[in-house]
Amino acid sequence: MGNCMPVRSKEGLELLARFLLASRKCNHSPNMLKILVVDESRERASEIGVGLIRAGYQVAAVLPSAIDLAQQVETVAPDVILIDTESPSRDTLEHLATLNRANPRPVLLFSRERDAAVIRSALRAGVAAYVAETVAPEKLASIVEVALVQFEQFQKLRQERDEASRKLAERVVIERAKGVLMKTKGMEEDAAYHALRKLAMERGKRIVDIAQGVLDSAALLL
Amino acid sequence: MTQFEYADEPQPTGGSGLEKTRLRLGIIPLTDCAPLVVAKEMGYFAQQGLDVSLSREPSWANIRDKVVLGELDGAHMLAGMPIAATLGLAGAQKAMVTAFSMDLNGNAITVSNELYARMQKADPQAMQQRPIAATALRKVIDEDRAAGRPPMTFAMVFPVSMHNYQLRYWMASAGIDPDRDLRLVVLPPPQMVDNLASRAIVGYCVGEPWNQQAVELGIGHVVVTGYELWNNAPEKVFGVTRAWAEAHPNTHRALLRALLQAARWMDAAENRAEVVHLIARREYVHAPAEVVAHSMTGTWRYAHDEAPVKMTDFNVFHRYCANFPWRSHALWLLAQMVRWGQIDAQQDLRQIAESVYRTDIYRAAAADLGLPVPDVDYKSEGLHAGAWSIAGGGRQLEMGADRFFDGANFDPDHPGDLSRNIPVHAMHMAALHEKI
Repeated sequence: MGNCMPVRSKEGLELLARFLLASRKCNHSPNMLKILVVDESRERASEIGVGLIRAGYQVAAVLPSAIDLAQQVETVAPDVILIDTESPSRDTLEHLATLNRANPRPVLLFSRERDAAVIRSALRAGVAAYVAETVAPEKLASIVEVALVQFEQFQKLRQERDEASRKLAERVVIERAKGVLMKTKGMEEDAAYHALRKLAMERGKRIVDIAQGVLDSAALLL
Repeated sequence: MTQFEYADEPQPTGGSGLEKTRLRLGIIPLTDCAPLVVAKEMGYFAQQGLDVSLSREPSWANIRDKVVLGELDGAHMLAGMPIAATLGLAGAQKAMVTAFSMDLNGNAITVSNELYARMQKADPQAMQQRPIAATALRKVIDEDRAAGRPPMTFAMVFPVSMHNYQLRYWMASAGIDPDRDLRLVVLPPPQMVDNLASRAIVGYCVGEPWNQQAVELGIGHVVVTGYELWNNAPEKVFGVTRAWAEAHPNTHRALLRALLQAARWMDAAENRAEVVHLIARREYVHAPAEVVAHSMTGTWRYAHDEAPVKMTDFNVFHRYCANFPWRSHALWLLAQMVRWGQIDAQQDLRQIAESVYRTDIYRAAAADLGLPVPDVDYKSEGLHAGAWSIAGGGRQLEMGADRFFDGANFDPDHPGDLSRNIPVHAMHMAALHEKI
């Protein structure tokens, strides 16, 4: 099984480990489709790969970059290639498809929420008819379905993570602003927080914005 | 891509019979998306009653598919794309048209320092004279083959791009068969420089700013510019589907008027600095302004240790009837598609050129602005080494040089001779027959 995913982060390593473990458990029947997943986000590519393997598909490789694509398509000879429509590697795949019409073609995996509807119209219009001719459309549809679910879960997790880190950053700002008020105005911690909240309510702003204002003026004045 | 407007949303009512006023147009972050950016930022679209949002797209395939699906009303396209889509060369078959050529020239071929040094050693004489022929490269390829080394990898940007045809034209003129003697891959333009630096590729043909970027970083040499290969060659066009053009004739014409005004403004040397400032921004090309400025302001550097030279026509946006969708350009592109086995030679190429390159629509838009247009739709390519003029509405219109670097002449008036102009390799003919 080819895998040419350079892994840098700890998180990425865990994902890769899960991915390899899952693929070893999987029994490959001879008529099973080989899938190549291409995505600029290595994590997302592995998540999609894991999801497909769990659903019983054979994932041949996951790739983040265009330069490895020609080589991988040649050696892996996938039946289906899953690619994010927003991936710049799409042009590389198109070239491979025109070079050898027997090559499998990319399946479009639309990345943005509203594109879930677009992919259906794309399939109807024939735009996404990029698979090797031997692949039955109903098989394809379920592969895309699995990939989309995986993709959405990944996006949701990332949004939650982003939200969590944003909240943490905001708390740091508020804590520091409280510290400034306590030091300069001799306020108690509670009083400092209430002062920030009162001002925020009066001005119709968020506490963090008021706190940032306090820090900005402190930097200027103190 | 931050816009979330649906193409079919209710439109604000526009004046003068516009069928649609709120438009989404696609661009690829390259310096030659500039006419669309200028038309928006300088208010030329607004003047025509059009509310245009520009959507930065990550790939040409995406541009094509979104135009096909109606996600985009129209887009910045490679000159060969409307033809390829009409023929169903890759992806879905969908009739497209272009009535506006966005620019002439703009590309170059860059090789790594290592390959450049090998070429100099292999054929010092050939490397001394510009335009540099590919004979030195052929000798390097021969050396590699004799030593049993694997073929080198070159990159370009899309199968039906001028970059692909220019690279192949240059190589083939020295007897190199790009399909046999080396590996040719497609890479996204912003990834070219990195891949050259990491030695994944030894050279590429790409638009700006990605040649000057490699020179700036001192990791590559420009061997030849697109301008040297074919003076004032076609490059990008503004493309829409034929169905869209038929459903929105007045909007299409208003768009072309805005683009013509933008192109005329930005072609003036004194406005180029402002163009650089506009397009270098994050939401457009997102590259250092000083690198974008090189080609845009008519200077060019072949190598890090060489002084910049003047190359006024590296980017032509309006002069020399640059916006006219010459059907001879379409025919030349079709000839390349046949030459390299992308399409069947048996088709009526002239009929395809005329159905896709819509000189009639261009003429109507230019007439609205009182701009002169050439009287003819085709011109001979390759006959003029310097400035010349062509008749247009009782006047003589200034034209630029149109020489090919190998002295070839492409005569569109004798379609019977077309095959003679296309040295199709025996192997490609064989491949062509297999496909048919």
